[in-house]
Amino acid sequence: MTKKLSNTSILSQLIRRDMRVAMRQRSEFLNPIIFLLVVITLFPLAVGPGADTLSRIAPGVIWVSALLSAMLGLERMFRDDFRDGALEHMMLLPCPIELSVLGKIIVHWLVTAVPLLLISPLLALLLNLSMQALPVLILTLLLGTPVLSAVGAIGVALTVSLNRGGALLSLLLLPLLIPLLIFATAAVEAASMGLSAGGPLAFMAAFLVLALGLSPLAVKAALQVSVN
Amino acid sequence: MRGERTLFTDFSLKVSAGAMYQIEGPNGAGKSTLLRIVAGLLAPQAGDIRYKGELSQHVRRAFLRDLLFIGHKAAVKPELTALENLQFFAATQGVPCSEPPFALLAKVGLVGLEDVPAGNLSAGQQRRIALARLWVTNSQLWVLDEPFTSLDVAGIDMLHQRFAEHLQAGGAIVLTSHQALDWASASLVRIQLEYNW
Repeated sequence: MTKKLSNTSILSQLIRRDMRVAMRQRSEFLNPIIFLLVVITLFPLAVGPGADTLSRIAPGVIWVSALLSAMLGLERMFRDDFRDGALEHMMLLPCPIELSVLGKIIVHWLVTAVPLLLISPLLALLLNLSMQALPVLILTLLLGTPVLSAVGAIGVALTVSLNRGGALLSLLLLPLLIPLLIFATAAVEAASMGLSAGGPLAFMAAFLVLALGLSPLAVKAALQVSVN
Repeated sequence: MRGERTLFTDFSLKVSAGAMYQIEGPNGAGKSTLLRIVAGLLAPQAGDIRYKGELSQHVRRAFLRDLLFIGHKAAVKPELTALENLQFFAATQGVPCSEPPFALLAKVGLVGLEDVPAGNLSAGQQRRIALARLWVTNSQLWVLDEPFTSLDVAGIDMLHQRFAEHLQAGGAIVLTSHQALDWASASLVRIQLEYNW
């Protein structure tokens, strides 16, 4: 009665279980998104509600807060699994470790980035971002958030066995993510001035391909050190 | 090697079908480390692990399919119920259950607790969830780190029976335990590790 276990079936089982776990700790993964929302509502109060100022700083503010809020929730990608032994179990599944890692990245993206994408029109509205820039903002988030999850996974995998890896984690990751920030904000700014955003978006797409292709390899190596 | 300490040198073990290997030794002697090396979670400083004559990392997939490792941390997700944990274990071991594995749950004595998140159960009950994997596996080689921890007498009995079945069926077990396993003396090999400074 044993079915031959394919890689994809293991991957889908992993994703299904992790989604279920995430749904049980809803408050934990909603925290970053609430933080982001609070930061963005505070900005108009602090810098003044001038429509021009707001729309000028909107791309930067949205992306900086997206980056920082991503740091908040990143740690839980492997931390709980490391504590309860699920990480070891994952590494002993009869499928390439890179694949399970990709599953982890996908789940993290679904749980953190999809809510962000959903509320991004609201964020644009709060900061008076011009409507023509909104599709580009969504596109940058669509291209950029998987990079956050993928690169973040490397950092988490490296620091998961440390007791207080949190500070080290942002120190490790933020420099790596600065190019992403620059290109994302450049794209949104270009679009809000009516220029073509194709160039920066193409760069972001390249980041995405690179990150998704290479980070599972790096994460695997890091995890093998961490479970040691 | 652990840190600066050499745990064992010149260690060689051939695991053959139908036998149980009990690794004994004082705390810190390296029992868990040895098991983790066997499972491939740790790389040995020197030497290698062979599965059917081949280096285990070269035939990783086949080896892992034939291996069931239950470590000190049991990989039971505290957010999920016993049933959900079991379903995941079964599915990733190639024995997916089309319906919730109630019979299995009954076997490990967790009836009535199927809807409780595992995190709310006692340590022994969580251990039972982890050990329930032994009933859904086709793996030949079981590597178990202290499987009897926090189990009650009935649980230990149940586990002994399962071990006997597995050995009868030609499986092999490598485990660490401070329990006496005299009932299996015919197929039991005891390995004593010493604490090395």
